[in-house]
Amino acid sequence: MDKHARPFDKGLEELQKKLVHMAAIAETMIDKAIGELVTRDEHVADKVPEYEDELNRSQIEVDELALVLLATQQPVARDLRFIVAATKINSDLERIGDEAVNIAGRALNINAYPKIEINFDLKTLTRNVMAMLKRSLDALVNMDAAMAHAVIDSDDEIDETVQALFKQVKNEIRRQPEKIDYIIEYMRINRHLERIADHATNIAEDIVYMIEGKIVRHNYEK
Amino acid sequence: MDVKIQSERLNLWYGKFQALRDVSIAIRPRRITAIIGPSGCGKSTLLRCFNRLNELIRGVRTSGQIRLDGKDIYRPGNDLTHLRKRVGMVFQRPNPFPLSVFDNVAYGLRVHAMRRGVDLEAAVERSLRATRLWDDLKDRLHGPALGLAAEEQQRLCISRLVAVEPEVLLMDEPCSALDPIATGHIEELMQVLAEQYTIIIVTHNMQQAARVSHETGFMLLGELVEFGPTTRLFQNPADKRTEDYVTGRYG
Repeated sequence: MDKHARPFDKGLEELQKKLVHMAAIAETMIDKAIGELVTRDEHVADKVPEYEDELNRSQIEVDELALVLLATQQPVARDLRFIVAATKINSDLERIGDEAVNIAGRALNINAYPKIEINFDLKTLTRNVMAMLKRSLDALVNMDAAMAHAVIDSDDEIDETVQALFKQVKNEIRRQPEKIDYIIEYMRINRHLERIADHATNIAEDIVYMIEGKIVRHNYEK
Repeated sequence: MDVKIQSERLNLWYGKFQALRDVSIAIRPRRITAIIGPSGCGKSTLLRCFNRLNELIRGVRTSGQIRLDGKDIYRPGNDLTHLRKRVGMVFQRPNPFPLSVFDNVAYGLRVHAMRRGVDLEAAVERSLRATRLWDDLKDRLHGPALGLAAEEQQRLCISRLVAVEPEVLLMDEPCSALDPIATGHIEELMQVLAEQYTIIIVTHNMQQAARVSHETGFMLLGELVEFGPTTRLFQNPADKRTEDYVTGRYG
């Protein structure tokens, strides 16, 4: 960027950079939390609390920068939409970090038990949610409205997978009632994954607002 | 804290009317400081004190001190012309002399006998480059300054100041006579100039103050009500009068 670019443009660029940085941290946290679950190695998720600190600090920095830009630069049109959307995306990224911490906690609880044979498959949901999250974060990095729309459209499918998994978990509890403590943890992970998908959808909706100026929440357009 | 120019308990009267009341303000070097406030609040009066321009008005009386680099500018025996070289001023309406572009910029150099050992042409080029005028005007240096567009005239006035190597630039509503695009260009220029000079800008356009300045002072009825970092003044002013003004609830 030109050394003498307007301070406003530098501010907007910095805001984008911080969001991308937060997205990278959030994605890493999820990877590590899920990794702990899959490999049963608690050390995989050791760094998750440190990442959470960094994510929280970044959230405050994004809010402060957004407020300064709003107060001093009188942004309009796409600059205004960008700054407003950035504060919302900020919040969703921080929540995704929270969910990663929660999943790491559940994984720790589960791994305290010896491995038990269970009759439901978390892998498909996990894979789909992580793919959805990755796509929404890619859409943010590349400011890609088409990819954001695709993420929004995939939300229904995730909901169906989550509901199916709940049924499977309940059946498993009926089948092995003495293992309920163990199996319930999986129910909670299901919930955390569902929330991550919701946040990914929110981020995608905010990206659409940033780029197209349309508010596509709550299926208003359908 | 580094202070370039400051006033201490400054009072000023135009005849019986008190225009400045106990104004104490410390301006930091190589920053843009904005003074905002409604018409008649004393902001331009304050600005004109920094290079003693108010003395040209009959019936003006002042009390209090103004220091440039710690030294009182009202000290008897001070050379006013030298002060006004160090502390230059840009006015609301561009006021190039009815001379050529070249002679406008060289004027100050000649007055301050600075041309001894100075290559006038190089100095003029340097000054015009500093305000991004050189490329447009290098082939028209001997054309009339009054033939330039308003924005170019204002840039030329700034070039004229820059030529004599000032330390402080006082700008009294420098963009009021310019359209929004020209205003944007001058604001960009100010950011560049602030790397070298201390800039004090008086403006009735508080959005401009919010955009360009590092620190802002709010004046009301001759008093400096609040002074502080611009980001704070426009997000969370300490004084209710400041908040009423910046939110447009005043008057």
